[in-house]
Amino acid sequence: MIGVLFDGVAYGSVLFLVSVGLSVTMGLMNFVNLAHGAFAMAGGYVCVVAMTRLGVPFLAALPLAFLASAAAGAVLERTLYRRLYGASHLDQVLFSIGLTFMSIATATWLFGPSQQPVRLPEFLRGQVSFAGVDFGIYRLFLVAAVAVITLLLGALVARTRFGARLRAAVDDPQAARGLGIDVDRVFSVAFALGSGLAGLGGALGIEVLGLDASFPLKFMVYFLLVVVVGGAGSVRGPLAAALLLGVLDVAGKYYVPQAGAFVIYAAMVVLLIAFPAGLGRRRA
Amino acid sequence: MSRGEIAFWLVPLAAFFALPGYLVLGSQVLIVALFALSLDLILGYAGILSLGHAAFFGVGAYTAGLLAAHGWGEPLSGLMAGAAAAALAGFAASFLVVRGEDLARLMVTLGIGLLLYEAANRAAPITGGVDGLSGVTMWKLLGLFAFDIGGRTAYLYSLAVLVLVFALLKRLTASPFGLALRGIRENRVRMAAIGSPVRARLVAAFTLGAAIAGIAGALLAQTTQFVGLDTLGFNRSAELLIMLVLGGTGRLYGAIIGTAVFMIAQDYLAGINPVYWQFWLGLALVVFVFFARGGILGAIESLRSRR
Repeated sequence: MIGVLFDGVAYGSVLFLVSVGLSVTMGLMNFVNLAHGAFAMAGGYVCVVAMTRLGVPFLAALPLAFLASAAAGAVLERTLYRRLYGASHLDQVLFSIGLTFMSIATATWLFGPSQQPVRLPEFLRGQVSFAGVDFGIYRLFLVAAVAVITLLLGALVARTRFGARLRAAVDDPQAARGLGIDVDRVFSVAFALGSGLAGLGGALGIEVLGLDASFPLKFMVYFLLVVVVGGAGSVRGPLAAALLLGVLDVAGKYYVPQAGAFVIYAAMVVLLIAFPAGLGRRRA
Repeated sequence: MSRGEIAFWLVPLAAFFALPGYLVLGSQVLIVALFALSLDLILGYAGILSLGHAAFFGVGAYTAGLLAAHGWGEPLSGLMAGAAAAALAGFAASFLVVRGEDLARLMVTLGIGLLLYEAANRAAPITGGVDGLSGVTMWKLLGLFAFDIGGRTAYLYSLAVLVLVFALLKRLTASPFGLALRGIRENRVRMAAIGSPVRARLVAAFTLGAAIAGIAGALLAQTTQFVGLDTLGFNRSAELLIMLVLGGTGRLYGAIIGTAVFMIAQDYLAGINPVYWQFWLGLALVVFVFFARGGILGAIESLRSRR
């Protein structure tokens, strides 16, 4: 019971880390970005390639994954995403599906369709026993890492000048512009940061989510779900939603394996009906 | 009917006689065109963004397929059963769909699609699961025409259904109902303000769209005598959206042209290498969004008005 709960929390943390950037994209610019998983996948592949081909240790490969995805996000935001901020949701959906297909085809071409293995360092493997329950060390590490990142992120949003600008831009972009805040720049930085976090999540999550070329489509629903259920544009809402979904999914697969992913999709529809505006939507 | 439209419908008829080796692909194009028409009604006219339209296609396909696999192989009543089942599913789903904004609609339609996919996947004793539903045996169409290996009956059958539904949709979209849908698409609040029953209109449009998708699904099940799990898949919904946008939304003919261009290109290019096909498809989508909104028909229209 506690073991399942813990696995669910670990799974939910990865979901949160990947999805939090998407929450900013959808909350700040009202942009439906189905390609967000592609940034997570890019981070995962960077991590794998750095470890297997360049011999970089795991912990050093993680920042690389963050940087690579952040850079990719920044470039794509500047060149392509930016032009579609005012466009219809249909255009945004088509554009991001196109991007997703391209990323899948590229990943298949470069690495083949198979699952990528990741070799964890010795000190992150194995289990520790506490009060009669076994906890995977890697999952403990994962939860701790995400907790630290979440606290940093919360501090960034709540205490810094950038965070104040970001919140202002989410609440009312027009008024924020009128006050002299460079909303476009704020969004560029937020987009790059979100992509970077997705990349980091993709790298950290290889052990939990797996990594293959179909990653962006396979988990697209989960990322969207975290944002929609959690309410776009906040940190706390997606965190609650991600943990809830993680626990539900793991518990569903553990207790009713014959139902498979059915549990999570049913939960999704129910949650959407019960909370049309999300769990933790910030009111403007 | 204008001269151009008559010429347009002569093309599939001519293809029947000129390209007897391609009738199997041809019937697939006709069926998916019908499916695209159903999406055009709810997206192009009513403005509902759906990422799970394949759900209703799959419901129709499984209904018709299961009927035929369990001893009732009469095609026309099977088609009606598929339409009815999909309409029922669409009617139930429509209440969730009409209440939200774009994003919520997108998620709900996506969720319904995935839910049904997973349900069909898990109910393997009934649906055949991943292996698909086989053992679908069809009786003669109208008691006269057997479904042949070359696909001649299947092609003409699909073409006849497509023409009938198209004519119906053409009337419908020109009617006050169709006008109201377009009004809702352009400005929902204003339509409500002038007394149009917005919710009821959207529910009706979504249900009808689902029914037509169900007919298309049933047609596929009957003509291929097989139902695969992919009839319900996300890829089918996404590709359908692409075909419709490629041809141009809100025009009816766009759905048919987009489907034909897409499927013929897919047949040719994916045969060379499926991975490249996916890449170029993605690139084409991105380019389309930036440079060719309105699709093929939109581009033709703007060329004409420039002259």
